[in-house]
Amino acid sequence: MAPRGYHVARGLRPWGRVQTGDQLVARPRFVDEIATLVHASRAGGLTSLCTGLGRSYGDSALNQGQTVIDMSRLDRVLAFDAVNGVLRAEAGLGLSDVITRIVPHGWFLPTTPGTRFVTLGGAVANDVHGKNHGRAGTFGASVRRIGLWRSDRGEVEISPDLTPELFCATVGGLGLTGAILWVEIQLARIGSSRLDVETIPFGNLDQFLQIALESEAGHEHTVAWVDCSSRGPGFGRGVFTRANWRDDGPLTVHTDRRRLTLPVDLPGFALNGLSLAALNALIHARQTTRPRREICHYAQAFYPLDAIGAWNRLYGPRGFFQFQCVTPLGAGMQPVADLLAAISAVGQGSFLVVLKTFGERASPGLLSFPRRGVTLAIDVANRGERTLALLSRLDRIVMAAGGRLYPAKDGRMPPAMFRAGYPELPRFIGQIDPAFSSSFWRRMCHD
Amino acid sequence: MTEPKPSERVCILGAGSAMAEHTARLLAARGARLALVARNSTRLRSIAADLSARGAGAVVERCVDFADLNDPDALLDSVSLALGGLDAVLIFYGDLGDQTVAESDTAEAARLLNVNFLSAATLSLAAAARLEASDFPRPVLLCIGSVAGDRGRASNFIYGAAKGGLAVLYQGLQHRFALKRLAVRAVVIKAGFVDTPMTAAFAKGGPLWARPEAVARTIVAAMEKGGPVIYAPWFWRWIMLIIRLLPQSLMNRLNL
Ligand SMILES: Cc1cc2nc3c(=O)[nH]c(=O)nc-3n(C[C@H](O)[C@H](O)[C@H](O)COP(=O)(O)OP(=O)(O)OC[C@H]3O[C@@H](n4cnc5c(N)ncnc54)[C@H](O)[C@@H]3O)c2cc1C
Repeated sequence: MAPRGYHVARGLRPWGRVQTGDQLVARPRFVDEIATLVHASRAGGLTSLCTGLGRSYGDSALNQGQTVIDMSRLDRVLAFDAVNGVLRAEAGLGLSDVITRIVPHGWFLPTTPGTRFVTLGGAVANDVHGKNHGRAGTFGASVRRIGLWRSDRGEVEISPDLTPELFCATVGGLGLTGAILWVEIQLARIGSSRLDVETIPFGNLDQFLQIALESEAGHEHTVAWVDCSSRGPGFGRGVFTRANWRDDGPLTVHTDRRRLTLPVDLPGFALNGLSLAALNALIHARQTTRPRREICHYAQAFYPLDAIGAWNRLYGPRGFFQFQCVTPLGAGMQPVADLLAAISAVGQGSFLVVLKTFGERASPGLLSFPRRGVTLAIDVANRGERTLALLSRLDRIVMAAGGRLYPAKDGRMPPAMFRAGYPELPRFIGQIDPAFSSSFWRRMCHD
Repeated sequence: MTEPKPSERVCILGAGSAMAEHTARLLAARGARLALVARNSTRLRSIAADLSARGAGAVVERCVDFADLNDPDALLDSVSLALGGLDAVLIFYGDLGDQTVAESDTAEAARLLNVNFLSAATLSLAAAARLEASDFPRPVLLCIGSVAGDRGRASNFIYGAAKGGLAVLYQGLQHRFALKRLAVRAVVIKAGFVDTPMTAAFAKGGPLWARPEAVARTIVAAMEKGGPVIYAPWFWRWIMLIIRLLPQSLMNRLNL
């Protein structure tokens, strides 16, 4: 029988839809319910994990066979200072709702991931990054205070100056240091809801790096897309996008109504190598004939994928892996070239290959993913053993370059790779709340 | 969303419920002045903070246990004073209870009948008198009923009896308002299965379960027109029509 307050949820899947399993889920509406829920779970010999909107790809937001506290109904704004741009809200509030409430006052998120369907708690727990990493650093860099509930201490207010150790463990802490109840962030001023966006084609990876580094000073937002299907002279070509906020109004918000949603899994063959190559070439032809400047609303510039709900079902019922790594700048573009070569060699293609540089700002979290270097993210359809073998090859390239993988996107990295990539792990372990765990954590540390 | 109505003054009784909170959010977004009445003061504080941030013209909090409400007039007077009048009174609180416990324990049955009927009915009568005096174009008295009130069924007839009684009271109030040629309306929202903490123990999912956000939109629309009985979601009207028409001999063989 489920502990009081929980119900059995069968066959839950994360965003990548590869892993599945049963969990006991509770959906509280008030912060005072958290303590009762965690104690009930503990009394049944189970660990807890808080989750947000489930936008992590692998098993870091799963607690298979144990209890999960879905925080998404804790979605209240507790205080908003529209003059100084300080927002305090419950951890389950989605970034989409934050944005619609702050943009009319001339504020925006300090930084945002590529989807707005992420909660504040999730943004903190993965210390997410955006296209403006060079300027803003990670999400955690703008967090002023966090209300954290711990099974051993009750509710504590943590901040970089008052509780530095617990703060840097909780930011990027994968939900393991307790339940994040609320978050207070410093917002960023905007003078318009639109951006000037410039798109520049590049012919190879060295050109990418050159443009990326050149753009750091004058452009807040940078990202690139790489054509992963072309070999030979076209190898490593792509388009670089850089953008700055405009400063001439209007301040209009997006809407989450009228989104297209894929209701079912498409058959897996919808994304075979051939259609991917055609698609990549098509996008290439349309975008890269010459540099282009346009004015885009933030929804278009930051969240193109959010226009389609449940696009993750494009990859069919077996789901897909995302592989996101960062390699140190000192290693240059060779690791990325090796990764792309390994991917195109198996002809498995991939829908999205995103490339970007991380700036100088050190990440606040002990387990934060971003560090100075080049980050590459690819989606790979799950074809079983073949795919896992490919990903292992990619792992070796990243490890050899002294890089690491992003746990938010991972569902299969070997524990040794995690340990090698995150040297602060022992310090982090000292801050874990004994009542909390996750499928990812057990896979990394208790195998 | 309708145009801003800064003068709209709404009292929400049972403001801690999911349906109430989502209704209040829609009202706050159009600048309504809200009085929130609920049992738990810390919870009320977080709801009130959010509604203020969403644009409510004013938010007044009152802590009350409806199971133990001995002076509904005093409560409404204090709220009316704080808001500068009353244009709408919405009653959300209710307790599903446990039918099997209530069948063997008359004190529990009395508690359920009290909170779901007696308390709600006396508050409604007190509110009706005040709303009749309102000069707002469309004053409204609204409560959450239940499809359980449409026909007595073995699984939940004590809760159902209270909600059924409340619906009759609202039909009567609506009739009285109409005979007096008043603009004020009485509306009972007969909710089907709503995915809220009150129903957390049930297996969810399937087409019959509605989200509280969706029911809130129906409620806000019902504050403008329709009634006195509105089903939410709408298809329950037809489901309950069939259930009401089932001959008792057939009903006796169904485990509903
Ligand atoms: C289309 C898409 C684009 C993306 N782009 C980016 C990007 O550009 N940059 C980037 O960094 N990430 C990106 N991501 C990943 C995403 O931002 C992170 O996985 C994010 O953490 C998801 O937040 P969530 O609210 O869905 O939380 P979940 O995925 O449900 O949970 C994430 C983690 O947070 C923890 N957690 C959640 N809430 C709480 C809480 N209240 N208390 C304690 N722990 C909690 C969970 O335990 C888990 O470890 C993207 C994801 C998608 C689907």
